Amino acid sequence: MDFGFLFEPAFSGGGTYLDWVISGIQWTLYLSVLGWIIAFVLGSILGVLRTVPLAILRVPATIYVEVFRNIPLLVQMFIWYFVVPEIVPKAAGDWLKTQMPMPEFWNAVFCLGTYTASRVAEQVRAGIQSIPRGQVHAGLAIGLTLPQTYRHVLLPMSYRIIIPPLTTEFLTIFKNSSVALTIGVLELTAQARQISEYTFQTFEIFTIATVVYALITLTVTFTMRWIEGRARVPGYIGTTGK
Amino acid sequence: MFSQFDFEVIRSALPFLWEGMQFSLGLTLLAMAGGIVLGTLLALMRLSPFAILSWPAGAYVNLVRSIPLILVIFWFYFLIPIAIKHLTGNPYASGIGPFYSALIAFTMFEAAYYCEIIRAGIQSVPRGQVQAAYALGLSYRQATTLVILPQAFRNMIPVLLTTSIILFQDTSLVYVVGLTDFMGAASKIARRDGRLVELYLFAALVYFILCFTASYFVRRLQERITPPR
Repeated sequence: MDFGFLFEPAFSGGGTYLDWVISGIQWTLYLSVLGWIIAFVLGSILGVLRTVPLAILRVPATIYVEVFRNIPLLVQMFIWYFVVPEIVPKAAGDWLKTQMPMPEFWNAVFCLGTYTASRVAEQVRAGIQSIPRGQVHAGLAIGLTLPQTYRHVLLPMSYRIIIPPLTTEFLTIFKNSSVALTIGVLELTAQARQISEYTFQTFEIFTIATVVYALITLTVTFTMRWIEGRARVPGYIGTTGK
Repeated sequence: MFSQFDFEVIRSALPFLWEGMQFSLGLTLLAMAGGIVLGTLLALMRLSPFAILSWPAGAYVNLVRSIPLILVIFWFYFLIPIAIKHLTGNPYASGIGPFYSALIAFTMFEAAYYCEIIRAGIQSVPRGQVQAAYALGLSYRQATTLVILPQAFRNMIPVLLTTSIILFQDTSLVYVVGLTDFMGAASKIARRDGRLVELYLFAALVYFILCFTASYFVRRLQERITPPR
């Protein structure tokens, strides 16, 4: 294995191939983190809505989750990028097609975020439903409203319980961010392929990409395991370790 | 908005889309079968008391599970031709074709995910069952195939099927190496006819109906086969 090519000037863009790798890592992280913010906020709202005793709120949330979970991410990526600008009102479509800054990147962020939100929603719902019903009744009995019961009783408990599955979902969005290469975002996997096409050092560059993905996954896993240990609810079976 | 929606484009594309769907379904079923067999072997290796078996299996599973599927597909598309030239000793050996390359990539990728499910399934079998099997004089192979795996698989079937539905969705990613699965077929027609809206929405609808129906039946199955406790 010869990694010397990394320091050679790249085919275009001025820098070296190492700069391409670093830029790929940055885009992968931007996609994952921004997508995760959308997924976490939207997924939390949907997850809560799926558990409330009002069908008018529950049904739309359920439909959202079923639709976004049952269509492949690649298809959703193409719909955001190619279809949405055509079917929204004309002025909005024109803006999306001509004015929007970095359309590939932002479409990929929204796509990853809304797709992962459906999965986060399921975890949040499972977390809320894992709390004994007596806690809701107790909350309501001491005079809290239903939103207050969620805010002060159910959610603080469920988020602490669902840290491990949420970590898995973050790692999923991190790996899924590579699907953004299909609409032209030059994230890490796309850069690895591009560099292999220019330099023919396929084995080396794929190894680098694999190691980077694995290292970030490991870092996230260990950080979250530490947080999980600190946030564990006393009296619940610990899920740290195995 | 939908005034120019042209159903004729979809109707005339149906035969080509059906060919793509056969590719997707074939790839899913074969990768699922291969993945479960290989995943079972990996799970048995990971649970083995011998580090020489458990360590490589654990390393493989953790590595594959930490990298994106697209990168795995690229890896195998790069490695399979090299492996074939190496194995046959012929530097001009032709590959094994795109379908089998994709099949190997998906089987190897899914095996890692199935392995973790099967490992959890095996660990959910009460320890007493293993001891009872050994007490009856069964060998390791007999105890595994006759006592442990049947009970483990019974508990796992719903999760294995759910993972397979995700696998079916993931097969759309063969798009990145230019294969004509269902999504690839839709994409080729969409670009040829300039009809992206119709074809992509139709593809989404088909995937949704198939996956939604399949997950509905998995839920029903789960309610039926949950063993009495």
